[in-house]
Amino acid sequence: MAVNIEPVLVRYLVGLFPSLAAADRAGDGLTVVTAPPEEIYAVLKTLRHEEPFSMDTLGDLTAVDYPDRLEVVYHLYSAACGHKLAVKTSVAKGAAALPTVTGLWPAAEFAERETYDLLGVTFTGHPNLTRILLPEGFEGHPLRKDYSLPPRPATR
Amino acid sequence: MTTRTEVYTLNMGPQHPGTHGVLRVILELDGETVVSATPELGYLHRGIEKLAESRTYAQIIPYTDRLDYLAAMNTNLGYCQAVEKLATIEVPERAEYLRVIMAELGRIASHLIFLASIAIDLGGTTGMMYAFRDRERILDLFDAACGARMTFNYIRIGGVMADVDEAFLGGARTFLADFPAIMDEYHGLISGNEIFYYRLKDSSVVGRERALALGLTGPCLRAAGVDVDLRRDEPYGIYDRFSFKVPVGEKGDNWDRYIVRMEEMEESASIVAQALGALPDGPVMAKVPKILKPPPGEVYHRVENPRGELGFYIVSDGSTKPYRFHVRRPSFQNLLAVDELCRGGKIADVVAALATLDPVMGEVDC
Repeated sequence: MAVNIEPVLVRYLVGLFPSLAAADRAGDGLTVVTAPPEEIYAVLKTLRHEEPFSMDTLGDLTAVDYPDRLEVVYHLYSAACGHKLAVKTSVAKGAAALPTVTGLWPAAEFAERETYDLLGVTFTGHPNLTRILLPEGFEGHPLRKDYSLPPRPATR
Repeated sequence: MTTRTEVYTLNMGPQHPGTHGVLRVILELDGETVVSATPELGYLHRGIEKLAESRTYAQIIPYTDRLDYLAAMNTNLGYCQAVEKLATIEVPERAEYLRVIMAELGRIASHLIFLASIAIDLGGTTGMMYAFRDRERILDLFDAACGARMTFNYIRIGGVMADVDEAFLGGARTFLADFPAIMDEYHGLISGNEIFYYRLKDSSVVGRERALALGLTGPCLRAAGVDVDLRRDEPYGIYDRFSFKVPVGEKGDNWDRYIVRMEEMEESASIVAQALGALPDGPVMAKVPKILKPPPGEVYHRVENPRGELGFYIVSDGSTKPYRFHVRRPSFQNLLAVDELCRGGKIADVVAALATLDPVMGEVDC
């Protein structure tokens, strides 16, 4: 049974990475830790492999377009320890790039391709970072807020 | 003399029956042995996540019908519960029971399509006819409840659309009474068929460790021997009030994925029976404003769908429309295993592997 991660573990994690910010979010009470982009891989690697965390399952990976940044969200679970946690990081829109986590969770392969395709976040080191839902050669990233829909084709 | 073979490429689909609609699998073949299998997606992409950003919360429900259209009730339920969590809405007791009844009937209907499609994919037309015939009875019940036979729009934020009548309850009880005989028929016709058994046994194996690494969920994961079921482990709604077994496989071959779903149908029938027995009287809809404005915040809610773990990630900015709407679709994630399932097998096994993965492309392409 996956329950929200123990506060003591969150404090331990913040002790390891003092740049982290942790908060319980209002909507579902899940703890969210926010990491700077240059540290996100180290944080995720610790969560994946280190003993008190053992987050062995990547539940979901996606991104949100805010006016000033792109926020990438990872929802993690531990089948071994039975807890869950969300991790976030923000990247600038112009050069949105993060290291891939396919080495930590092979499950991330499709989710990272989708996030790249629809939101334009580049995952460096991904084995095959190509568009997944849209055709090759499609211009733009439709889930960005500034993406304008192409005009409807004229009907006869 | 040695025979020299050359690897060649074969496109399977998008119209092949084994791909259940619009999926292309690019096969690299050495003779008839699969060297690699690459799924190519996107033929059905409608941009539901983008559309949702310009619709009110209630207006999004019909889009969720069209995700996993073989289990629309379950998908509705996941979405409505996510919004209820976000906006803190209490659902009346009777509605909770009706939701469980619909979701579990939906699971049976969905697994019947799986059974039908694996039967016809492996050449058994009769098996398909029987499964469709029995699924029809569930569709009749859904028709009586909400007036739709496919893209059901019954579950609402705060409850369900309308109460069910005696005819529905009687029909559901009759279906449950007939269900053991229906299952016996399938086991006699399909499970007991030697050709079917040997086509599935020991082929397309994904073991425990790889299944977890690839992020498989639902029956595909349980078939690999991982005992997880969100209905039991992280109960949503009122699932903690029902007792049911979680069928688990041994090695994660095609046969395990088949038999796990067959056993799940029986468990679902038992849950429906328990819910019908305990169905309380009362209202079926909470007082919810017509135009919902959830407070700013985020929610990630996941439910156990027939195809695995369905998650809704919703970001609210306090307005009438979600700021960001993301769906974690089990079929999408499960397709990541196609390459591993097919590699080293024969071309004919690709069809069986796709059938036991049971992807629904409406959900894959979102």
